[in-house]
Amino acid sequence: MQSPPNSEVRVEVRSTIDIVTARQQGREQAMALGLSSAEVTLVAAAISEIARNILDHAKRGEVVFSFVQRGSQRGLQVAANDQGPGIADIGLAMQYGYSTRRGLGVGLPGAKWLMDEFEIESAVGKGTKVTMRKWVKDENSQLNHSR
Amino acid sequence: MQVPILKQGSYLIASIQAVLSDADMLQLRDDLADKVGQFRARGVIIDVTVLDVIDSFATRTLRGMVHMLNLRGAETVIVGIQPEVAFAMVQLGLTLEGVGTALDLEEGLAFLNQKTKVHAKPAK
Amino acid sequence: MKGNPELNVNRPKAHRKAEITRQDPSASDNSNMPQVKLQPTVNYSDPLLRELVSHLRENRTQLREVWARNILDAKLLSAMSKEEIFSEVTSVYDNYVEVLETGSVDALQAYARNLSERIIPRGVETDEVIGIVLLLRDVLARSLFKKYQHDFNLLNRVLDAYEPAANRIANTVAVSFVQENVRIIRQQQEAIRELSTPVLQVRERLLILPIIGVIDSQRAKQLTEQLLRGIRNNRAKVVVVDITGVPTIDSTVANHLVQTVEASRLMGAGVIITGLSSEIAQTLVTIGVDLSKMNAVGDLQGGIELAEKMLGYKVKSVDSTAAEVEIDT
Repeated sequence: MQSPPNSEVRVEVRSTIDIVTARQQGREQAMALGLSSAEVTLVAAAISEIARNILDHAKRGEVVFSFVQRGSQRGLQVAANDQGPGIADIGLAMQYGYSTRRGLGVGLPGAKWLMDEFEIESAVGKGTKVTMRKWVKDENSQLNHSR
Repeated sequence: MQVPILKQGSYLIASIQAVLSDADMLQLRDDLADKVGQFRARGVIIDVTVLDVIDSFATRTLRGMVHMLNLRGAETVIVGIQPEVAFAMVQLGLTLEGVGTALDLEEGLAFLNQKTKVHAKPAK
Repeated sequence: MKGNPELNVNRPKAHRKAEITRQDPSASDNSNMPQVKLQPTVNYSDPLLRELVSHLRENRTQLREVWARNILDAKLLSAMSKEEIFSEVTSVYDNYVEVLETGSVDALQAYARNLSERIIPRGVETDEVIGIVLLLRDVLARSLFKKYQHDFNLLNRVLDAYEPAANRIANTVAVSFVQENVRIIRQQQEAIRELSTPVLQVRERLLILPIIGVIDSQRAKQLTEQLLRGIRNNRAKVVVVDITGVPTIDSTVANHLVQTVEASRLMGAGVIITGLSSEIAQTLVTIGVDLSKMNAVGDLQGGIELAEKMLGYKVKSVDSTAAEVEIDT
């Protein structure tokens, strides 16, 4: 298994084309980390939703990928940052089916389900930061270490 | 990246060749709407085998596309949704209610044959 | 389903095996090992035992060979070659003597576990292991008998000292073996339960997924992923998910079940749920699961019948003669 690079990978999100770029970058990172193909797809779908959320609400922002470690666990962290209007009621925004625009209202809550961890910070007038992580499952690593 | 649309008998087959941007998706919708009218197509197959992610926007667009084509008289079926993609979609809470789906192109053709035959002659 | 010999278990065997061996054997420590207490009064400082030990050391080569020959004659350990038997016999013999000398079974226990781990996968049975230990006991007792037969009193005392120790050894080996066996079986059961709810192909285009046991979120996800791959690989059009063997369902699992149904539909396969107990059905209604989205049929038999009807109907539209055959069977 290759050792995760220390550097972060950033993808600017300014138009819908960038959603595809962010997704592909995320897919590459997730595969490099050793996530299963099913999980890679889940991560890519989650990235798609949060990148879209940036465009819908802040017009522009960035998605940042990095490898993280907690104890013996390794994971992929995906952060979506924007300097948009921010979210006044995070609880409401995270409600499934709630949408401020013509969307399905599944974006943020949907992404939360696809990932292992999901955090959201937002300040009105300042912007929103969504941080989510997917951990490499213990089973996989146990399998790799089995005799 | 434009999606090629092939005419096969009274059916149209839109076979997506690469990952689509939102704009490509909307373009496909408009192209299909035009071609269905132009060729008086009775059925449409949209092959999404190569799509690695079908997110909320893609789902909404596909659903709208299929309903629109149905209203224009063309039975429409989406084929080739991959296991991982289907899994991610349902995790996101995305479904294609009221939309015909089939495993692949072959099954999609069988689906359309069945649908359009049912209209043509009543079952025994 | 019972009468169908062509059940096609989808999961490759090799995969299952890999899963089984993944657990670290040291994880199941021996703290819960039932210590069998047979004749707990072995006095290892007994001079008679010491005499015995030196007797066994002096005659090591000869006794070891007699034992190995007895094992071969009794056709024990038939899964192993002669050379392997001889090499194991040497180790067991030395460990055996060490127990008599030190009174500690630790080394023997560790060796017996290690041996068991190696020979269980090769099909060595419990009775064979007990058999070889009893044979050794017998070989050694005979040699003691031969040595002390001139003095009946002394012989009795030697045997009195030897037997409890020998019993303890036999027990240690047998218990180690049985425990190792149980551990392997448990691991296999767990692996099977966790990872291999089989996706069975009953006939062309028709899959059955019998779910047995408790489902949690993790397992529900695995089941769904497995089923979706099964749909693609078998080109299935209908799936019967039988949950007769599922004791309870909570809202999370119910949602997973709905997701499974919807994901299958996205791939063009219809799902029939069977074995929904009235209790579970009630739960689903209470937590607001839309049962109208689910094709529920009372039992597996009924589910398969409906599935065949669905397949027949669909086949008819493509080829009407094939459909007739399909429906009539």
